Amino acid sequence: MELPSKYLQEAVEAIASLPGIGRKSALRLTLHLLRRDNLEVNQFANAITSMKENVKFCDTCGNISDGPKCNICTQSKRDQSVICVVEDLRDVLAIESTQLFQGLYHVLGGIISPMDGIGPSDLNISSLFGRVESGKVSEIILALNATMEGDTTSFYLYKKLESFECKVTSIARGVSIGDELQYTDEITLGRSIQHRTPFEQTLSR
Amino acid sequence: MSYFWTKEFPVILNELSLINFKNYSEASIEVCSKVNCFVGNNGQGKTNVLDAIYYLAFCKSYFNPIDSQNIKHDDEFFVVQGGFDREGKSEKIFCGLKRGQKKQFKRNKKEYAKLSEHIGLIPLVMVSPSDSELILGGSETRRKFIDGVIAQFNPVYLDNLLNYQKSLTQRNALLKSFSENRYFDEDSLMIWDHKLAQYGEPVFKERNAFLEEFIPIFQEYYGLIAPENETVGLQYVTKLHEGTFLDLLLENRQKDRAIRYSSTGIHKDDLVFELGNHPMKRFGSQGQQKSYLLALKLAQFEYVKRKKTTKPMILLDDVFDKLDENRVEALIKLVSDPEFGQIFITDTSQERIEPILKKIGKEYRLYNVNEGAVELI
Ligand SMILES: [Zn+2]
Repeated sequence: MELPSKYLQEAVEAIASLPGIGRKSALRLTLHLLRRDNLEVNQFANAITSMKENVKFCDTCGNISDGPKCNICTQSKRDQSVICVVEDLRDVLAIESTQLFQGLYHVLGGIISPMDGIGPSDLNISSLFGRVESGKVSEIILALNATMEGDTTSFYLYKKLESFECKVTSIARGVSIGDELQYTDEITLGRSIQHRTPFEQTLSR
Repeated sequence: MSYFWTKEFPVILNELSLINFKNYSEASIEVCSKVNCFVGNNGQGKTNVLDAIYYLAFCKSYFNPIDSQNIKHDDEFFVVQGGFDREGKSEKIFCGLKRGQKKQFKRNKKEYAKLSEHIGLIPLVMVSPSDSELILGGSETRRKFIDGVIAQFNPVYLDNLLNYQKSLTQRNALLKSFSENRYFDEDSLMIWDHKLAQYGEPVFKERNAFLEEFIPIFQEYYGLIAPENETVGLQYVTKLHEGTFLDLLLENRQKDRAIRYSSTGIHKDDLVFELGNHPMKRFGSQGQQKSYLLALKLAQFEYVKRKKTTKPMILLDDVFDKLDENRVEALIKLVSDPEFGQIFITDTSQERIEPILKKIGKEYRLYNVNEGAVELI
């Protein structure tokens, strides 16, 4: 279908490039934006460009941040000796919502998947070893999703962390395999953070 | 769920309707509960009727894995519907496909979330001349055969198999990237070795257990349809007989890195078909190969019956052609057993098949198939 305006066409294509949005929805959203005030639409567009320009990643943990350190790493009351390793911000938010974890995070920014061209060096992994080397860390909690790639990434980290002094644990999982942390309810997730097990125990099937 | 079926209730097809399926524009066929036989020249659409029934059981064609190629030439969609009787209740199974869209599969107007939920509802065994691929084709054909049988009873098996495939793809991608980027990281490889072992070992164990149970059944059936002095064998060939999966992967690591591919594992398993102690592929006559395949399929029927505790349907596509008289007699004796469920047969010659149907001694219907039209004779 040919649209009557090339500007409209471009906007529709831009919105349709977002995941999960087809051309029909994109056209509906674009027409909605067209009906709005100029000021509102400017604010909308600015929000996106300034987000992209200004958002940084925390030097320490890799979490999304407005400054060089994120608002979790800068909280002095948090337990500096425990680090919970997660895939991305959504997992941080899910665990924070339980209010049962007082340690720090380490955000990998993805998981190992050779077929998607993602190896250990493409992830925020080497800085984790740096944090452990500092000697202040007594426990690393692996809290990656229980998918095949999540499991293999955990196993990789465990192997690499074996030579360090610190303890490596895994959050306790229910029976359902393939669960993603962000979809687990708060109570279950809270419980699994509290009842974590040494990682080597999860290996014996 | 299929697990609760009882022996007294085979699944019976009552009516079949086709729209734009293969060479049919529109057809509606009422069938009887015992033996249904479709006769006609080649290319008229006999086999397509059987394939439509197969579709309703396995959500795919027995002959053509590309769904859209089963839509009648130049048309936009096909529909296959079947009315079944199961435990005294009627079941309507609907399968529809529009070009460029996802296939729709419904049971009593309710769409399945996953096609795998349907598989097993209608136990069925197809016997067709194209089965010769099992003897002549590559090892993948034979793995598919055993996987298909085991997966019907063991949902965990299918999961393990799919996860194994995925881990294998990951490991092969990694081997390739090692070679392309000229580096090697032992831990990166080791994590996928563990995944292959985790999913591959149970698949090996299930295949082994299945064949242990299956081979005696198969040999019994071969004995029933072939001359007495012939013995046949079926060997499960796998490197996993020799050691644990992890050891095998370690042994082949250098080789795998060199060829950028995982050279060992259950994806390389094979079955060797034997006549006496010789490979069937090279030493069996056409008749012996036919008997071997028929015995394999009848053993599958028997195995499905035992596991499902119900009588599967059997579809015999052009089986009586070129089968010598002794084997025809033996086959008739087998299928005339009341143990057999509903039977569908195709043949090119009414003169040949009608005496056979009479000998089977069950209620039968004969249909003439001509240019995509089916008529009761
Ligand atoms: Zn931080």
